Amino acid sequence: MRYIPVTSADREEMLKKIGIHFIDQLFDMPTDMLTHLSKPLNLPAPLPEMEVMALMEKFAKEGEIAASKTSFLGGGINRHYLPATISALISRGEFLTAYTPYQPEASQGTLQALYEFQTYIALLSGMDVANASLYDGATATAEAVLMAKRINKKGKTVYVSCALHPHYREVLRTYLQDVDIPIVELAFDAKTGKTILAPTMMNDALALVVGYPNYFGIIEDLKEAREVATKVGALLISVTTEALSLAILKPPGEFGVDIFVGEGQSFGLPPSFGGPLLGLIATKDAYVRNLPGRLIGRGKDKNGKDAFVIVIATREQHIKREKATSNICTNEALCATIAGMYLTAYGKTGLANLAKQNAVKAFRLREKLAKIPGVSIPFSGATFNEFVIRTKKSGAQLLRNLLAGRQIFGGINLSVHYHKNPKDILVSVTEMNTDEDMDKFVHALREILK
Amino acid sequence: MIHSDTEKLIFEQGRAGRTGIDVEGVCLIELDDALSPELRRGPLAGFPEVSEPEMVRHYTRLSQRNVGIDDTFYPLGSCTMKYNPRINEAVASMKGFTNLHPAMPQTETQNAFRILWELEQMLNEICGMDAFTLNPVAGAHGELTGLKIIRAAIRARGEKRDKVLIPTSAHGTNPASAMLAGFTPVNIEVNPDGSVNLEALEKALDENVAAMMITNPSTLGLFETNIKKIADMLHAKGAFLYCDGANLNALVGIARPGDMGFDVIQTNTHKTFSTPHGGGGPGAGPVGVKKELVPFLPSPRIEKFDKEKFGKVLFVPVYDKQSIGRIHSYYGNFLVLLRAYCYLRTMGARGLREVAEAAVLNANYLRVSLAEIGYRVPFNRMCMHECLLTDENMPSGITTLDIAKRLIGKGYHPMTIYFPLTVHGAMLIEPTETETKETLDEFIQAMKEIAEEAKANPNLLHDAPHNTPVQRVDDVGANRPLNLNLRWKQQ
Repeated sequence: MRYIPVTSADREEMLKKIGIHFIDQLFDMPTDMLTHLSKPLNLPAPLPEMEVMALMEKFAKEGEIAASKTSFLGGGINRHYLPATISALISRGEFLTAYTPYQPEASQGTLQALYEFQTYIALLSGMDVANASLYDGATATAEAVLMAKRINKKGKTVYVSCALHPHYREVLRTYLQDVDIPIVELAFDAKTGKTILAPTMMNDALALVVGYPNYFGIIEDLKEAREVATKVGALLISVTTEALSLAILKPPGEFGVDIFVGEGQSFGLPPSFGGPLLGLIATKDAYVRNLPGRLIGRGKDKNGKDAFVIVIATREQHIKREKATSNICTNEALCATIAGMYLTAYGKTGLANLAKQNAVKAFRLREKLAKIPGVSIPFSGATFNEFVIRTKKSGAQLLRNLLAGRQIFGGINLSVHYHKNPKDILVSVTEMNTDEDMDKFVHALREILK
Repeated sequence: MIHSDTEKLIFEQGRAGRTGIDVEGVCLIELDDALSPELRRGPLAGFPEVSEPEMVRHYTRLSQRNVGIDDTFYPLGSCTMKYNPRINEAVASMKGFTNLHPAMPQTETQNAFRILWELEQMLNEICGMDAFTLNPVAGAHGELTGLKIIRAAIRARGEKRDKVLIPTSAHGTNPASAMLAGFTPVNIEVNPDGSVNLEALEKALDENVAAMMITNPSTLGLFETNIKKIADMLHAKGAFLYCDGANLNALVGIARPGDMGFDVIQTNTHKTFSTPHGGGGPGAGPVGVKKELVPFLPSPRIEKFDKEKFGKVLFVPVYDKQSIGRIHSYYGNFLVLLRAYCYLRTMGARGLREVAEAAVLNANYLRVSLAEIGYRVPFNRMCMHECLLTDENMPSGITTLDIAKRLIGKGYHPMTIYFPLTVHGAMLIEPTETETKETLDEFIQAMKEIAEEAKANPNLLHDAPHNTPVQRVDDVGANRPLNLNLRWKQQ
């Protein structure tokens, strides 16, 4: 086996050193548990590299065909161009095959890359401090609510916008179901697509959670959310599922958000069938000790030279065990490193321009679609690169028609999660969509709705 | 790794007007229509402007200030730092996988579902379980998922049990996960060799115990010989037995946790199944369960519908009413699971057995050899995939930390140190199966030199490492509230 270098000569010498004769003598355990003696595992026969490659290429064909179609899919997994520099750099074994940077002298590369990532996320979100990543946007939202509970001991219930990504709300429910934090969902305004924030109904609030932009692509009013949260004594948590929006929208920190969370997949990670992703979390300096997950700090070595090292590990499970702020250990470090590379590649002007391009392209398509008879834009709220359209057909039917024959993934059928809106689909437009793509979409919709 | 000067932060590099990728600007009038200026932010203050060559050099230099398995021997106990096969990387970068969007209609992504479904079957067989969820994205995430499943099952029985028993030698994630799942963790004393103290267990075991979490082999690298007895004790009281599968590499193809009486196990693909650690992630933490717990697995699960009924085989994500719910945005870390799938197709049953055999052989070879040159091996009997040393035999003033730092200076990544917490000055060494005997011999030689240096020139150890980009880092200083520096700030 090519990954296992031990030869029979090695084995003989090593067994002799150990003082035994047979490999089986190594396994100091009850013989009735040694299943390999009686019943070898029933697994597919091993394949040589060439055949594994051929098999996987065959499996990948289907996806290549799917991915070659015109797509307007978004909804938390965003399609963006990946600069060629990233795959070249991230495949370096020194990054790829390193462990968690517990030994700073041997891990300055990972540590500095993560420190730079923390800085980028703090700059983008307008918050004081970000951590070195969580699993994904959904679990980051759950962690943020648990963090809010540590800070706001008086609050009881978490109020969550119904216009927050449905999967995030599901994950939040899973995380909170055993820890006695009730969830109340806040409806959205049928006209604007924004969350209805009524402080009178939130007197026991622990935290208020809103999307920015929300699942419908609508840019929520964080100023109002801040005022309401303050009034009811709740922490304000904003959730961004399309991280590129942070390059153009007023940063959450500017509105006084207490905890920012998001999905960082837009920064250099392909859609990947939904994983790996990149959970973002950032907060105010005052709350840093309540943050979950790893934090990288800049310090000195014994000669006074700048050095990076894991800090405030006294919040983490390997030190604090049951008193830790979270159980997270393995996070998404390599994805965070990729995000740092992506943000470096685009830089100050490039990233802003990219976000502007997305906004303009989405706007153009929205305008064109709105002119088609039978298509309306149900929500009046401002959007970034995603918006909802409503037609006379059911969303499911419309998407099927777009795909069959026309080879277009027209968007996400919202009726799966919003039963009252069976004719709504969520359309996402990025720099990956050419003008021809958009014309094709417009033309196809016009025909289908004729 | 090269000895290089400080690499400036990216924020201190570049110059206005440079970019690492060309992006066209937009018409500002159109932009104002698209997004009102009052909703927009100002320029991205602090962001760097660097050219592509500067960017490539920055990250290349950072990589050179890092150590991975590709560089050197990395015997981190409990972490299974085995070689990461490159074919897995090649497959995980195929466009037909990376560009799959989870919101594509299921009919378009059948092969992705098929891969996940087949991976689940293989994990069932390897671990002796009835069903797996692939949704958890890390070991600790798997622990949380497994405990939530147990909680749901107990609730479904109409019972209230709120305690989870955890040996004091367990990974820190165990008690932290128990808390997060709403349980009260209860420490169970272990015997000096890390095995569960049956009397302590007997005493703690009552009707309020939901589960016990056990790492097998234990965090001391020894097999828990009483495991079946422990399982019987728990089952007799209606409690579940949870396996922290961090040390599964010792057992693959040899023995199955399901056959030992475990009801739940989380595996770590980035340990046992060769997916890269990536400097701390992404990983994947699939969770396997026995029949009684299957209905509570997180959603969605991938189910296979047969040809007879539907005309063709169909893989469909399903949502069970009794499920604990969703634990990740989509299906977990698909690209990581894909790597594990390739690994298992490459290894087969025989290959996996060779993994465990070689991993255990290497660990015992190190144990015997290191004991011979004077290191204290507190439990000098057959170990599993890792061996445990302590600094007890070292001259006074020489600690485990000194030895670890000196190893860095000698070009190795050190072993896991000061874990498990129950063993004073612990050094946990896990060589894995992918190292050659020559590498092990060189490592033994390095450890021998260190033992000699400890006597002859202790300062060499206290000051170590000497030849790294930075020398011993002052983490106490870095943690002082006034020094705490978690990000770069514009001057």
